Amino acid sequence: MTRERPTTNVFLVGVGGQGIVLVSRILGELAFAAGLDVKQNEVHGLSQRGGSVTGHVRWGAEVHAPVIMEGEAHYLFALEELEALRWAHFLRPDGLALVSSQRIPPVSVTVGGESYPEDVVERLTGFGRTLAVPAYQAATELGNTRVANIVLLGAMSTECAEFSEEQWKAAVAACVPAKHRELNLKAFDRGRAAAAAAGVLPRRADA
Amino acid sequence: MSKKSDRRLMSGNEAVARGAWEAGCTVSTGYPGTPATEINEFCATYPEIDAEWSVNEKVAMEVAIGASLAGARAMVSMKQVGVNVAADALFSLAYSGVNGGLVIVTADEPGLHSSQNEQDNRFYAKFAQVPMLEPADSQEAKDLVLSAFEMSERYDTPVFLRMTTRICHSMGVVALGPRRAVPRRPYVKNANKNAMVPSHAYERHFALERRQTLLEAESETFAGNRIEMRSLQVGVVTSGISYQNVREALPEFSTLKIAMTYPLPHQLIRNFASQVNKLYVVEENRPFLEEEILATGIAVEGKQQLLRVGELSASALRRRILHRDSAQQPAVEGLPKRAPQFCPGCLHRGIFFLLAKRKYIVTGDIGCYGLAALPPYNAMDSLICMGAGLTMAHGFDKVVTRSGNPTTEDTEGNKSPGSATTTGPLSSASSVVGKPPAERVVGVVGDSTFFHSGLTGVANTVFNRGVSTFLILDNRITAMTGHQPDPATGLAIDRKPAPRIDIEAACRALGVRRVFRVNAFDLPGMDKLLEAETATAEPSVIIVEGPCIFTDRDSRQPTFLVDQARCVKCRGCFRLGCPAITIEDGEVRIIADLCWGCGLCAQVCPKKAISQAQPEAKP
Repeated sequence: MTRERPTTNVFLVGVGGQGIVLVSRILGELAFAAGLDVKQNEVHGLSQRGGSVTGHVRWGAEVHAPVIMEGEAHYLFALEELEALRWAHFLRPDGLALVSSQRIPPVSVTVGGESYPEDVVERLTGFGRTLAVPAYQAATELGNTRVANIVLLGAMSTECAEFSEEQWKAAVAACVPAKHRELNLKAFDRGRAAAAAAGVLPRRADA
Repeated sequence: MSKKSDRRLMSGNEAVARGAWEAGCTVSTGYPGTPATEINEFCATYPEIDAEWSVNEKVAMEVAIGASLAGARAMVSMKQVGVNVAADALFSLAYSGVNGGLVIVTADEPGLHSSQNEQDNRFYAKFAQVPMLEPADSQEAKDLVLSAFEMSERYDTPVFLRMTTRICHSMGVVALGPRRAVPRRPYVKNANKNAMVPSHAYERHFALERRQTLLEAESETFAGNRIEMRSLQVGVVTSGISYQNVREALPEFSTLKIAMTYPLPHQLIRNFASQVNKLYVVEENRPFLEEEILATGIAVEGKQQLLRVGELSASALRRRILHRDSAQQPAVEGLPKRAPQFCPGCLHRGIFFLLAKRKYIVTGDIGCYGLAALPPYNAMDSLICMGAGLTMAHGFDKVVTRSGNPTTEDTEGNKSPGSATTTGPLSSASSVVGKPPAERVVGVVGDSTFFHSGLTGVANTVFNRGVSTFLILDNRITAMTGHQPDPATGLAIDRKPAPRIDIEAACRALGVRRVFRVNAFDLPGMDKLLEAETATAEPSVIIVEGPCIFTDRDSRQPTFLVDQARCVKCRGCFRLGCPAITIEDGEVRIIADLCWGCGLCAQVCPKKAISQAQPEAKP
């Protein structure tokens, strides 16, 4: 590495409609507010209609490409288990997979007769350290399943020491509509608590 | 370093709009299309810019040409295939030139995330002899818009700005500047310059060639074309997003970063080539730079290494040039695919369910309903371009329906058999009852597509004694690109009221006598119309009406539930391809979170096992 300050790469994955774009924007705002160079990429158009969706956020002293190279993600932020596995090879060996314990069977499973993969969390530990959080359940308890993404973001904040809790919360508050701010901050706190309760699984030694 | 307050995180598209605003642009036009859409939307947020969604890209281009001729700085933006629609105007505009600066933004899509092809619009620049600038990030996107306006006025030419998806939809830090006061240029009548009759155009062609020589010289000194020396071993000529990927994957290599893609700075390239031992060209899609450079006799390597199909990522560059994988492990194989599908509550689901069941030939078009070509719907035979859903059906009908079949001359006196309801008699002109499904054709477009290029298709079919059945799927919004208003909406780009054009009245005015409106969730009603109208020997239009769930959040109804005692797990409801219907622990279930309450599943269930939940009674 020739760069003075290494770039941090967050690769976000999920199903269209789960709120990947919002999380990308919060992370972008977080790093930008801290005075860092930021590149962030998101998907628009047809693929948003319930398809597999990805987003990239990168920050550091100087960031060139907006898209993360395979094997270079420090964080894999996955709002759905199958999508986590699909994109696991983007993770660095020392990276962390954050996965919401939610399974959304695609049509290829419900109609097409293919099988939804089993033991996703176990398989993820073959790629990197793994933190599985019941984010969807937490969001349901908060009365709005749409904030599952922010629950997982709260969990991520406990494992990303580059920014303080205040910086994280300021970025969330800046990016969500005022009328949903309180709910989102609650969801963020729930995520922090859930991360502490779940604990990070180490990368498998045989991997 | 400027203060943080002067800097913002912006997508490339927002930066283009900001650049137009700073350049004193006052008119912005376009037609929605991924990845260009947000450029015009952001332009509309500036009170100084008069922005509009034009009905198609050709119209958008012509409106911008008019504004430029009137003396204003104008910008028109569109996706890559939109330039095909606007190209008729483009080639003559290259001759006539501009008055106020005129910038044409083309947003290309290597990787076709949301497009029907990967065409490389750098070739339009060369074809029409219009200069082209190409940014590599948001900051440069803004800067190059300012350069483009200046270049346009200095050289009396429209100027292309070429974006690609990753530039459009990537956010980066942008330093903001003030808006420039650019007074309107006076308009002076000059038919020799602006009216391209042959004798005038002949003279203008000389002007175009003189301009070409000047632009070639401009490119040599253009600040955005810059050499960055690192290793003397390898140099890379590159531009746009490929520059960023080269910096990422091959950080030791020297680069010649090209921002003015056409005309190219040949002397600068020669100069760079002489400083390195080996010269690569890195570009996505077609070998545009490579061919231009090879033509000047400079040895480069490019096409042997690099992909012509899809995006050229940093990972792919590292793999193909350094023969090194960045991933430690390969991707997990054999995972079930997750293709996009119609949203729960989508108005398109029911009609395509019926078309699949009837096995009709369906000539489709561009929009969310293009998903009907994919599993589990499998209900669309063709998808070529905007408007082709209607016109191709007419072509099909010439072959499969008309061969030996009746003409449409036997009109039934003066009375119009068309009806505004789905009930009532459908007795009609001479019918071709009993035609097998494989010979029944329907053409499909959406409301925005209808106004884009469907009107001409309807007129063509009526004029040419056609017999086609047309479906217009009307949700009164341009949905796929992010819900932009169109002439069926009743709102303009600023979301304020605008005249709403009645599709039914438009079709009748074009001479279609059989025009029907039907509720998109009324399966029996739609089925009856499909049967009757594909059997009549004159043109029919069926307007399938329903809201887009994104623009009409109030359309949501109570969720439906599966009665497990009645369900026989026939999976018939699965053929609707609804994300809300799933199977868990061997039971068919409806996910209440996702269900929009449209009720199609209850209509198709043979065992009446699906019914709507009753709203909870207040205790």
